Amino acid sequence: MGGGSSPCASCKLLRRRCTKDCVFAPYFPPDDPHKFAIVHKVFGASNISKMLQELPVHKRADAVSSLVYEANSRMRDPVYGCVGAISYLQNQVAQLQMQLAVAQAEIYCIQMQQEPPNLQPQMVEPTDENCLLFASNDLDYNLQQYLSFASSSSSSSVMQDSVKRESLCTVDPSGDQFVPKRSPTYMFGM
Amino acid sequence: MASTRCAACKYLRRRCPSDCIFSLYFPSNNPQRFAYVHKIFGASNVGKMLQDLPVHRRADAADSLYYEAHCRIKDPVYGCVGIINILHQEIHNVQCQIAKIQAEIAFIGTHAQSDQQLQIAPNLDPNFLAEQKGLSNSFDDSSTWFF
Repeated sequence: MGGGSSPCASCKLLRRRCTKDCVFAPYFPPDDPHKFAIVHKVFGASNISKMLQELPVHKRADAVSSLVYEANSRMRDPVYGCVGAISYLQNQVAQLQMQLAVAQAEIYCIQMQQEPPNLQPQMVEPTDENCLLFASNDLDYNLQQYLSFASSSSSSSVMQDSVKRESLCTVDPSGDQFVPKRSPTYMFGM
Repeated sequence: MASTRCAACKYLRRRCPSDCIFSLYFPSNNPQRFAYVHKIFGASNVGKMLQDLPVHRRADAADSLYYEAHCRIKDPVYGCVGIINILHQEIHNVQCQIAKIQAEIAFIGTHAQSDQQLQIAPNLDPNFLAEQKGLSNSFDDSSTWFF
């Protein structure tokens, strides 16, 4: 490399000359060879290069972070990869929504008991079923947008089946291990 | 004679051998499925990943690879990680809502308890009530407390 900087991690691994316009160089520095090794193993250098080139420059860093995250997940869990984490989180959301519904039913019942009787004409008996109606929110709509493809998959939906299972995920429940180390757009509460 | 090649071999324009690793998981009636995983992971990587797994896990692995590839094509920057972001956010939101409601329930419960104590006050020692309210307890005659 003739007195210039050392080749990036990808060019070192691929054993090629690291040009000054190497698409990998800004995102795979030579001091972290493992980062490129893992994305190369899962996605392949050629695919990563194509993906990065199709993105505007200011989005590439985030794309690399998410690719590294997915590659790490896949290495940790070769069967489900990231999808295992998604399934685990969906289960958690479902459980929390049930807790929320119970809490809302409880407070609704308390409020009903505190109202004077003459202010409750023809009101529906506050049952848990009624109260559960108040617990719905927009979460399901957001998720349904992503999950809608699953029902069109030719094989049984991994997402719908996985939600019904006890535990699929081999991921650390805290999720912190998978937090990309940069970019405020990742809202992991860093 | 109808072609019996799987979607992968059709896409790769090759003969589909009887022991093709892809044929069970990429049927010919869904060419998009293999096209997506090939675009993101590459046929060679997908083949290696499936080969490294026991046979009974390969179907789920193929499904999850398709899901990830689909997410990545839909969102080339964040892929599946975008969904994980959303889920983390939703978890946080719902936890906040639960905490808020539980605080309200606790507050209502405390309020109702102190109201109850006031209502049954004639039967209680007024000094006791004063202590509960944090007032000075210098009353000798309980009848003067309420007038």
